[in-house]
Amino acid sequence: MRTLKFLLQKELRQILRDPSIFVILFIMPMIQLIILPLAADYEIKNINLGVVDHDHSEYSRRLINKIISSGYFRLKDYSATFSQGLHAIEQDKTDLLVEIPQQFERSLVAENEAKLLVAANSINGVKAGLGSAYIQSIIRDYNQEVRLQWIQFPRFDPQPTIEVTSSDWYNPNMNYRVFMVPGILVMLVTMIGSSFASNNIVREKEIGTIEQINVSPIKKTQFILGKLIPFWMLATTVLTVGLLIARIIYGIIPLGHYITIYVFASIYLLAILGLGLLMSTYAQTQQQSMLVSFFVTMIFNLLSGLYTPIESMPVWAQVITKLNPVSYFIEVMRMVVLKGSGLGDIKYHILALLGFAVFFNGWAILNYKKRSG
Amino acid sequence: MKQFSIFVKKECLHIWRDRRTLFILIWMPVVQIVIYGFALTNEVKNAKIAIFDQSKDDATVAITHEIAASRYFNLVKNLYSYKDIEATFRQGKIRLAVVFPKGFQNDLLHTNHAQIQLIADASDPNTANTLSNYATAIINDYQQTLTKDEKMPYTINTELRMLYNPELKGAYNFVPGVMALVLMLVCAMMTSIAIVREKELGTMEVILVSPLRPFWIIIAKTIPYLFVSMLNIACILLLCVYVLDVPVVGSLGLLIGESILFTITSLSIGILISNGAKTQQTAMFTSMMSLFLPTLLFSGFLFPVENMPLPLQIISNVVPAKWYYIIVKAVMIKGLGFMAIWKETLILIGMTLVLLFVSISKFKIRLA
Repeated sequence: MRTLKFLLQKELRQILRDPSIFVILFIMPMIQLIILPLAADYEIKNINLGVVDHDHSEYSRRLINKIISSGYFRLKDYSATFSQGLHAIEQDKTDLLVEIPQQFERSLVAENEAKLLVAANSINGVKAGLGSAYIQSIIRDYNQEVRLQWIQFPRFDPQPTIEVTSSDWYNPNMNYRVFMVPGILVMLVTMIGSSFASNNIVREKEIGTIEQINVSPIKKTQFILGKLIPFWMLATTVLTVGLLIARIIYGIIPLGHYITIYVFASIYLLAILGLGLLMSTYAQTQQQSMLVSFFVTMIFNLLSGLYTPIESMPVWAQVITKLNPVSYFIEVMRMVVLKGSGLGDIKYHILALLGFAVFFNGWAILNYKKRSG
Repeated sequence: MKQFSIFVKKECLHIWRDRRTLFILIWMPVVQIVIYGFALTNEVKNAKIAIFDQSKDDATVAITHEIAASRYFNLVKNLYSYKDIEATFRQGKIRLAVVFPKGFQNDLLHTNHAQIQLIADASDPNTANTLSNYATAIINDYQQTLTKDEKMPYTINTELRMLYNPELKGAYNFVPGVMALVLMLVCAMMTSIAIVREKELGTMEVILVSPLRPFWIIIAKTIPYLFVSMLNIACILLLCVYVLDVPVVGSLGLLIGESILFTITSLSIGILISNGAKTQQTAMFTSMMSLFLPTLLFSGFLFPVENMPLPLQIISNVVPAKWYYIIVKAVMIKGLGFMAIWKETLILIGMTLVLLFVSISKFKIRLA
């Protein structure tokens, strides 16, 4: 126990005396947590619209006005021909092009049917998909308006109609930040924790101070614990700073208890720091360990469900998400913050992470050898 | 010249003998392409849903069947009370609940009007929107079968044309982004670490007293990474064409030329970072925070730049990756020629010259 105390003292001093540590631990996460959610706004709005109107009728003007007043589209280009409209798409001036053919109004009124062409730049598939879905639903609304103008509908439904009402729970304002901020916080804590931990032992190896530890009466378990605990404390501090920022700047107050988050986070950190230390025991140079930990956290982050839903992934990727501690934490964080889930709701997540923690740390202890070379 | 080639050889050996690092440098882009190409998709499918059916009649069973059979939905649970809905959502088991009221078919037959309630877990807004839309479409289809085919008057038919990427593949958007990301990472981050490493280990002293001028020492450091990044680009392009079926529409030569330009930009950033950093850890964090994240954020391949607040949009202009991303998209996917991208190219060249000048003139030949 006393050995461990001295080890902790040494590690904490070493960390806290590094002048860049404050910046890395507090300033950078703060900046990121403030900037990232502003940037990571997937809500599709401000779609740049190009219009080619060959009809110039009252109907075509009404349609264009309706599209623009919906708030999703910004009229950026008004061309005389279709090929000019296409050129605007080519230059990224517009994302979506609506072409209204000649005789649009006349054929709609006289022949009961009219055509419209919508062309979308679909390099960004999501944007093109949602953008064209929006515009189609606006056109449908418009179509309905035209019909109402010409037909008198009876008071009762002449045909069977099913009315679909939908309600959006947990995030009724459809605010993307409430969804992203908890996830980004997890990503930050993970990146900082694992890269610090993975760097640490190998740094002692590279500088040569590991020799002193190897000749001291320190047990392997004590050594790993002595590394683990300080980083655990630092990462918890980063998490606290992050939660405060989320609360003060974004007004995100978890529906569930902070205790639930901390209980889960403390187990999670044991797992992720253990993984970092494990990588550190294998690496020979800092460059190596940085690259490896960067590589692993990158895969973890991408396959964590932070950016895209896990159910949409193919089976092999879903299997990886089951072996990925980050995906558990992101899920739990969102559940606690948005839905108010309690410890009972996340018991399987906790068990899984306990497993990871024991596995990684056990392996790290086994793999750390006091004999050099 | 001979001295220079010896230095280049030394640096190559550094990389060549560190097999683990080399392994990751080569495999990282491959893994990224595979993950982005196959695993990351915003397309919604197999979303878990639950049904709360209070009528249990022919109509509700038929609708439930239609919904469950669709590839978008995966019916995992039948619910028996409103409380159940809340609890199931809280355990994170479902994304959408479909609620049929009592006497559904009865209402539909006698008053021609019935209701269905969809409850979506909107913590993820886009997915919630998409799911509600899909479910509504399926229910509308069912309603169509009831009304038979009476044609509605005054119909506007919309023809939809998807340009460049008719199948709406994610790959078209992210391949250029991954190229920018990998080049940034390999060139800037690895170079800065490699230089700082010599400082930290003390071998910098040996190098600085060698007869080779500092300028050439730095150049020699960067050349092996130039090779590695060219190898990476080749890997990415091959995977892209043969595995993801995303063709290179424009001129390959132009694409490679622009990539070399961007590589040089990244290398000069790496040198600049190494000037300021004393430890590898600092170099690593500086590159991560000042390069990796801005590239991810502002190049426009992951997050839409036009949604950002104006100050961030302005900041995005100083991120070199943004310009490279625009260039690659134009050449590779739209198949445009040099005339369409000369402005972006000029901006990149300007940035590179400034960065190179600053980083080389600030390179210290004396140890503190």
